Amino acid sequence: MFRYGPPRWTEYVLRNWSGQRLVIAIPYLWLVLFFLIPFLIVLKISFAEFSPLGRPPYEPVFQWLDEGALQIKLLVGSYVYLFNEPLYVSAWIYSVKVAFFSTIFCLALGYPMAYAISRAPPTQRNIFLMLIILPFWTSFLLRVYAWIGLLKTDGVINNVLQFLGVIDEPLAMMNTSFAVYIGIVYSYLPFMILPLYSNLEKHDLTLLEAAQDLGAGPVKSFMRITLPLSMPGVVAGSLLVFIPAVGEYVIPSLLGRTDQLMVAKLLSDEFFLNRDWPKASAVAIAMLLLLVVPIMIFQYFQNKELQAQKK
Amino acid sequence: MKSHGLFSKTMLALGFVFLYVPILSMVFFSFNNSRLVTVWDPANSPTLKWYGRLFSDDAILSAAWLSIQVAAMTATGAVILGTLAGLVLSRFGPFKGRALLQGLTTAPLVMPEVITGLSMLLLFVSLEQLMQFMFGWQFDRGVATITIAHITFTMAYVTVVVQSRLASFDDSLEEAALDLGARPARVFFRITVPLILPAILSGWLLAFTLSWDDLVVTQFVSGPGSNTLPMVIFSRVRLGVSPVVNALATIMVLIVALGVILSAFLMRRQEQRRKREEQMAASG
Repeated sequence: MFRYGPPRWTEYVLRNWSGQRLVIAIPYLWLVLFFLIPFLIVLKISFAEFSPLGRPPYEPVFQWLDEGALQIKLLVGSYVYLFNEPLYVSAWIYSVKVAFFSTIFCLALGYPMAYAISRAPPTQRNIFLMLIILPFWTSFLLRVYAWIGLLKTDGVINNVLQFLGVIDEPLAMMNTSFAVYIGIVYSYLPFMILPLYSNLEKHDLTLLEAAQDLGAGPVKSFMRITLPLSMPGVVAGSLLVFIPAVGEYVIPSLLGRTDQLMVAKLLSDEFFLNRDWPKASAVAIAMLLLLVVPIMIFQYFQNKELQAQKK
Repeated sequence: MKSHGLFSKTMLALGFVFLYVPILSMVFFSFNNSRLVTVWDPANSPTLKWYGRLFSDDAILSAAWLSIQVAAMTATGAVILGTLAGLVLSRFGPFKGRALLQGLTTAPLVMPEVITGLSMLLLFVSLEQLMQFMFGWQFDRGVATITIAHITFTMAYVTVVVQSRLASFDDSLEEAALDLGARPARVFFRITVPLILPAILSGWLLAFTLSWDDLVVTQFVSGPGSNTLPMVIFSRVRLGVSPVVNALATIMVLIVALGVILSAFLMRRQEQRRKREEQMAASG
């Protein structure tokens, strides 16, 4: 039967979709279209065949054969390559190593800083916090760039040390692992300090007084009370440093060794230089698998934090 | 208490030296007159010539303008989408697919940038081919694709900020308005938005800064001829240290410092006014 007016489905949508559903749908659709689907495309292409044209290989994963059989075609070649190519294996190990030790260094420097801020008088606290956040608001890229000027052979540090007579020959600091550690610790230090601070600031100081009254020295009361209580902050800060450090691209590109790649550089080289889309995608998926556990822990802690705020 | 108090104070001082020496050295050397960029020649007087060079550098100026446009569009889009997502997650009851939405909003926070960049580019290439195939329409990567990618990874930050703000205030005001017969949309614009306005504003600034500063995702999704400021800086810096970049850095540090001081000043004034009003309410 022929009807005038809008087609039935719009009527259906208008009737059944209340405003609330529309509000849910808007961010949902955006994230599905621009975050979930792209990720699935990466997953699909990581199982595809390399085509030298640099185009996405669009062979379907599923194929119905004439005999009524379903053929699933997943090429695992790119993944096998990841484990067999020494260049790849060493890039993985190096990335995890750099991220791990950078996290340790950030913790060693950031914990005492967060502690000092949390025990400072309230008026000073806000000034200190602002001084921690201020570098974060200035450009990340320019802050990494600043270290080139400091670390170069004819850079500031070498000039000062030579002027003071500490060294005769300039130290080779640029394009070393040392420079990568400096860059990562420098850039991610605020991410360590801020969660630690917000944890330490909430501590009940009467617990420490009680410990002192009962005869515990400062070291003992720190080890037995402050440190265990601050563990959620330690975990949150460490993950906020470790996770991005594994996938760091800019810092090793500007300051790092030329003979030792990190995974992110490997991915971008595979993609932009070799135009090998399946391998780049396989590196991306493998990187995510490596980070799945730390990411899950991070999300668990974040949900707990939000729950705690609600109470 | 005393002994590790002294230790942590020393570390705090050292930490601040570590954080500020690189920034101050860029500022210092932006006035350097020597040909050698990182050597200060005492015979030469400080100079402003690098600032002159900066303001006649068309590549940097047009990239900066493009970055401002992208960052402003990104921040606005991210605030709209992120506020909706934050509202849905903290105020709407259970609904189908809630866990997925929760996951999708926090995942971009921890996703390594190279993966976000790669997946966005693969999506755009697929869309290009699809559009070409279906409608014969050729679209190029550029401002639009950069903005879409930036909105996607910055809206997660806005969501978190809005969500924690919504979680920390009482929702009885919203309920009261609903009881008095206001429609949900009216409650949202008259009650909820004014209450979370500080979170929305800081979310906007955060998204703006993240977009303005992003290099990795942008490199993946930008097309020929759409170079943002970080892309231009990155290619310059790879060629070596440049005093023009020092001058640019100095200006950016100055703007941020002024912004932070201004916002601290405004916050303090607001705080004082609130205290005064509380006192007046208590005494009157």
